[in-house]
Amino acid sequence: MTVALQQLVNGLTVGAFYALIALGYTMVYGIIRLINFAHGDIYAVGAFLGLSTYGLLRLLHVDNPILTTLLGLVVSMGCTGLLGMLVYRVAYRPLLHARLSILISAIGASLTLEYGLFLIYSPSFLVYPHLFDSPGMALGDISVSGLQIIIFVSGLVLMTALYVVVHRTKIGMAMRALAINQDAARLMGIDVNRVIAVTFFLGSTLAAFAGVLTGLYYSQISFLMGFLIGLKAFTAAVLGGIGNIPGAVVGGFLLGVLEGLAAGYFSSRWKDVVAFGILIVILVVRPRGLLGERVVERM
Amino acid sequence: MNALGRRWVRGALIAAVIAVALGLPIAGTPYLIDVGTLVLVYVMLGLGLNVVVGYAGLLDLGYAAFFAIGAYTTAILMDDAHLAFWWTLPAAACFTALSGVVIGTPTLRLRSDYLAIVTLGFGEIVRIAATNLTFTGGPEGLYGIPHPTIGGLVLRSPQALYFLGLAFALVVLAGSYNLARSRLGRAWLAIREDEAAAQAVGIYPVHSKLMAYVLGAVFAGAAGSFFAVKLTAINPSSFTFIQSVTILMVIILGGMGSLPGVVLAAAVIVVLPEVLRAFDQVRMFAFGIGLIILMLMRPQGLWPSRIGQIERRAVAVSEASAAAVVAADAAATTE
Repeated sequence: MTVALQQLVNGLTVGAFYALIALGYTMVYGIIRLINFAHGDIYAVGAFLGLSTYGLLRLLHVDNPILTTLLGLVVSMGCTGLLGMLVYRVAYRPLLHARLSILISAIGASLTLEYGLFLIYSPSFLVYPHLFDSPGMALGDISVSGLQIIIFVSGLVLMTALYVVVHRTKIGMAMRALAINQDAARLMGIDVNRVIAVTFFLGSTLAAFAGVLTGLYYSQISFLMGFLIGLKAFTAAVLGGIGNIPGAVVGGFLLGVLEGLAAGYFSSRWKDVVAFGILIVILVVRPRGLLGERVVERM
Repeated sequence: MNALGRRWVRGALIAAVIAVALGLPIAGTPYLIDVGTLVLVYVMLGLGLNVVVGYAGLLDLGYAAFFAIGAYTTAILMDDAHLAFWWTLPAAACFTALSGVVIGTPTLRLRSDYLAIVTLGFGEIVRIAATNLTFTGGPEGLYGIPHPTIGGLVLRSPQALYFLGLAFALVVLAGSYNLARSRLGRAWLAIREDEAAAQAVGIYPVHSKLMAYVLGAVFAGAAGSFFAVKLTAINPSSFTFIQSVTILMVIILGGMGSLPGVVLAAAVIVVLPEVLRAFDQVRMFAFGIGLIILMLMRPQGLWPSRIGQIERRAVAVSEASAAAVVAADAAATTE
């Protein structure tokens, strides 16, 4: 039971990362039906930009951990969001109507970002500053670190904020309109390209947020860190029902917890197999996901 | 360039390819022959994936899994069961076909981009399983795989292995040439263009797609068997997602569905990194940018298939005539 509860805590932490990244996948897929392969690498870029900001702030002798972390998050989220828009503008926008070509272009963008990080930063692991040394709480035999609470709570806050943006603002209404019918949305006077660009911006900022917190949580990052977690976040998005925002959150947490339990009771080497096994089973048994609506094939 | 000139260029290129393919083992150094053999492996893999992606239009992002299953089947049977290479071939074909059916049957009904993701997951599962299981040798893989023999002759020299690879590649080439022109090949073409219309004229899409999937898997299995005896050692690092993407690159670079394109692109994909060894650091970065630029500038590939070109021309003509009709209507209403 202790193992289960401890893995539940760890799983919810990792699940918050999955959920934040899955939101980017699900928003982009919902609007332009693209599996944005580069999204995992956008998350990696976010982690690296956060590290650069930390380095810069240390040069400027700013060492209040809360202030540096907030600045790191803001700078990284802003820059990564712009990068997401740039990737859309260069690699996706000209190919919006070529289904296979745009997917290949996305793989190209993914490799470009990965090996761009490889060239600019380092081929090996980089160490993140160790800022939050709080021992956290011990509930019986289960330990919950302060950082885990921060990740979980701030993740939930951001997810709620995104939900509000999508459901309560004008740009969010435009996004939902695009997801339903792009041509009709255009006829209603919605600037389709701008709305898609904003979607990429929002998705990328969430991924960057997850990236910086991952760096703080695991205290090391590498240029390939986005690949596997990107795949799993996509799994989470599919699990919850792709195109559905609460679905991505539910899917992310569920996947994190299931994986944690698999690692706790089985073997951590097989946890990725569990994740992909779940993906395949979900796609076969319930392709629309847990909360998704039925999607008709559109070429 | 007129049609006659184009035919000349094609003829000259094909003659050059044949000359290089036959001249290489006679005139080349062992290193060059080795590179040539690797090109042949990618020709086989490219042709196999071409059946799945080029002919049937199913995006497979975990194709290296079948390559791995073929390679491991041959390696295990030769290492542990001491079977001859030739006996492991049918076994590899059976295993890859079986895994194709197992993963294909439930998933081929899915939306096409979901299929891409499922195959990707399958590819990762196979790689992780090969890394973690004991009978596959774990991360170190399997080594000491014996050389293949014909009669009493042991194929050990680079030349002998090259010719074995050439024979394999030619069989696969002839097979996919005939497949494209078979009843099944035309069914794939019809499904790729319009699944509903294909169904309406009596093609059963799931069955045809499954056949494409299984045949593609068997081709990859054969390539894997050859790969195992060529290297005499295999490990999971040869069967990563990047490998699947590289094979996909071969057919996209060559031009979807085009056989000479696959051969040409396989040579480019293998030789270019060898030439660029000095620039090892920027190789993958350039690869990624190249992929985007290729999609933006020349999505039809280096050597597009003739059928594809005819289709595109027909679409362009019908679109132009539709536009002309619309323009005429508009002119009529304004008058």
